[in-house]
Amino acid sequence: MVRYLLSRCGQSLVLLFLVSLIGFMVLNLAPGGPLSQFALTPGMTKEALDRIAEQMGLNRPLPIQYLDWLWHLIRGDWGVSYRDGRPVLEVIGSHLFATLLLMGTATFFAVLIGASVGIKGALAQGSAFDTTTTVAAMIALSIPTFWFGLVAIYVFSLWLGWLPAGNMYTVGDGSVGDYARHLILPSMVLALVEVAVWSRYMRAATLEVISQDFVRTAKAKGLPPRRVVMKHIVGNALVPMITLAGLQLPTLLGGALVTETVFTWPGMGRLFLDSLGYNDYPVVMGLLMFSAILVLIGNLAADLLAASIDPRIRLD
Amino acid sequence: MTKQSFHPTRRQTLLLMGAAGLTTLAPSLTPLGAAQAQEAPSGQLVIGFSQEPTVFNPHMPHIEVDEGVHYAVFDPLFDVDQDGNFFPLLAAEVPTVENGGISADGLTWRVKLRDGVTWHDGTPFTAEDVKFTIELLVNPEFKSWRSTGHDQVRNLTVVSPTEITWTMEKPFAPYLSLLAGTFIVPKHAFEGQDPNTAPFNNTPIGTGAYKWKNRVAGDHIELEANTNYFGDGPYLERLVIKYIPDLTVLYTQFKTGDIDLVGLQWITPDHYEEAKGLSDRVVEVVGTATFESLSFNMQRPQFQDLAVRQALYHAIDKQAIIDALYYGVPSPTETFMPRESFYYNDALPAHEYSPDKARALLDEAGWVPGDDGIRVKDGVRLAFTNSTTAGNHLREQVQQFLQQSFQDIGVEMTISNLPPAVMWGDYWMLSQFDSVVVGLNVLTGADPDASTFFLSSASPAKGGAGQNTWVYENPEVDALLTQGAETVVPEERREAYLKIQEILRADLPFLPIYQYAVIHGRKAGVEGFAGNVNNRIDTWNVRSWRWN
Repeated sequence: MVRYLLSRCGQSLVLLFLVSLIGFMVLNLAPGGPLSQFALTPGMTKEALDRIAEQMGLNRPLPIQYLDWLWHLIRGDWGVSYRDGRPVLEVIGSHLFATLLLMGTATFFAVLIGASVGIKGALAQGSAFDTTTTVAAMIALSIPTFWFGLVAIYVFSLWLGWLPAGNMYTVGDGSVGDYARHLILPSMVLALVEVAVWSRYMRAATLEVISQDFVRTAKAKGLPPRRVVMKHIVGNALVPMITLAGLQLPTLLGGALVTETVFTWPGMGRLFLDSLGYNDYPVVMGLLMFSAILVLIGNLAADLLAASIDPRIRLD
Repeated sequence: MTKQSFHPTRRQTLLLMGAAGLTTLAPSLTPLGAAQAQEAPSGQLVIGFSQEPTVFNPHMPHIEVDEGVHYAVFDPLFDVDQDGNFFPLLAAEVPTVENGGISADGLTWRVKLRDGVTWHDGTPFTAEDVKFTIELLVNPEFKSWRSTGHDQVRNLTVVSPTEITWTMEKPFAPYLSLLAGTFIVPKHAFEGQDPNTAPFNNTPIGTGAYKWKNRVAGDHIELEANTNYFGDGPYLERLVIKYIPDLTVLYTQFKTGDIDLVGLQWITPDHYEEAKGLSDRVVEVVGTATFESLSFNMQRPQFQDLAVRQALYHAIDKQAIIDALYYGVPSPTETFMPRESFYYNDALPAHEYSPDKARALLDEAGWVPGDDGIRVKDGVRLAFTNSTTAGNHLREQVQQFLQQSFQDIGVEMTISNLPPAVMWGDYWMLSQFDSVVVGLNVLTGADPDASTFFLSSASPAKGGAGQNTWVYENPEVDALLTQGAETVVPEERREAYLKIQEILRADLPFLPIYQYAVIHGRKAGVEGFAGNVNNRIDTWNVRSWRWN
């Protein structure tokens, strides 16, 4: 087990290194750069731009810039944002809560509803409920989030006036109720798509278990149907869901680009888009490393969890 | 505290006489001072911006939206109001030749400062802070965003806590306007600190009407009233600057009432008709100092023939572009100078849309249509590329319209757009384009000086330090620009700038299309707001904003 963990960590480090190298190259080899946004500033001159570039160290050869960045990262220094001069980790940290709140709420409801719908649909395969939810899931998956978000704002904020049109809270209020009211629309929009995803996976996993021999055996030896469903079918169908949950971890913290934009939610997705737009390389690189680490941790955790739950899976 | 008196320049005197018939003067002309009865600040106002302010040290590289915060937290020595008049803030009076603040040769400056002003942390404001600010701007260790003008200051001397003097390397008239955009920062906040990383940069301390409270990154900035403000205002207890990244959402939140005032980048023209009809909202069009043009790279052989540039100008149906694509919001122009400016030349020949004249000009100049219908002369095909920021849908439609119009007179224009970081990088700065559609503000703050854009020595493509990306060269314009920058008295300068506009209109290194106008929106109860072509952002007078 320890050997397994060590080898996984070793692999992860190599992967992280490759991710950072490729990310850095792609960012820096793209023409333009962090200073082009100042070009149209009235009175800006080539001379001033060159001076600022030198002060920021942008005119050094790329390999030197990369090694410098990597050396700092190894020592725990993630760099400083070009936009507001704050340390990268602090910038990322200041957006984490917003994303966790939104994604956590949305995922909680999505898993709860999605899994129930998926199981119920699978147990009554071909029924009206199954057909309806399958079609509904397909529709939900096909609706562009941007459009759906705007429609939700028009209906619930502009037209009915029930809910705020965006933002995480009212400045000057910020009570729990205020947060909750602001959470409803964006988490509903996000959950809709996720419910569809989770119900589809859960349905497929359940169907696979239902056709297994041990289920037939359980039924044959006269176990009550409720027990067959809960213990034998659902219990086994949940195992692949753990892997799915592991894959969802980066999404949970990575934020939702579109939903956060439409609902002016100050989360990680917005941070990523804004940092890209401003060519804030240290933050973009920081986010890249952050999500790469999350992907690796999520996968590792899912593998370990699956192995500890399912005795058929062995890690070595 | 003594009541401040207003010392007008000759030009300001004339304007004041003209305004004498009016019952009220602009709020900014009201003498500032403690003599006025001041009501306690109350209420909260939420401003929506579509970009996020992130740079709070006003002297580090930043973009327009950051100045939205700077104007609330800091004060310059003096500023320029919507009519182009200078008014004092941290200075006791605006230095002029008449009041002895500037010597007749423009070399010696003496600025008297307001007494009794304190920083937000209670430390007194003195001439040392002014000295520190100007020195910071030229400090080679500091990531200064602009040192123009300040680099010509010599012998900076603090005479007393309320008086500072210096001499200029050479007379430089735009310096008054540059100082109007130079926010004074506190010396004590930088003591023992690297100015590039000082804590001040993220928790600014100013003298302005609003104090820094906190920032929720990616969401909003909260400012609170500075009840010790030396001047008129503030009237609001709290000012919230909200970041709303999408323009449709910005407008929607204005409709729902989540934001009280739509700032940069305002209401989009396609929402103008609807916005005008909203109840309890005031929506108005305000001109800005930016002009849109089809700009040429004058190094290209196609564009070296004046007849070609004239013909292309005749081929553009400006009014159709403005009406059909921009909903009639901006107004056509013939020059780079905003029409609100004292230096605007209103006698320039009006543009005439006439494809026939365009064809005649080209025929006359010897550009003959080839087999494919595109004109050729001396082996040069009248074909070129046109670039702008990819994703700017309105501009892309303008390009398609131009392409069609030029096709009709036998000219081929190929559209080749680039993402912003590429477009405005070396491609633009080093004049690697054939032609571009671009919006530019070539002035120096409120000053008409456009040397960095039109001096022939200012082309980066030829090793220059400015932004003359047209690579435009005209010795007469060079002489006039130099003369204009060295003349201190506005009436005398005006002649030079009128002439420059006349020459540029004749030479046509760029085809002026329209002067920018933006659609402001605010709730009906918001008072004190005034559009100002001389400043970059709406909050220039946020100290006077209030709820009715």
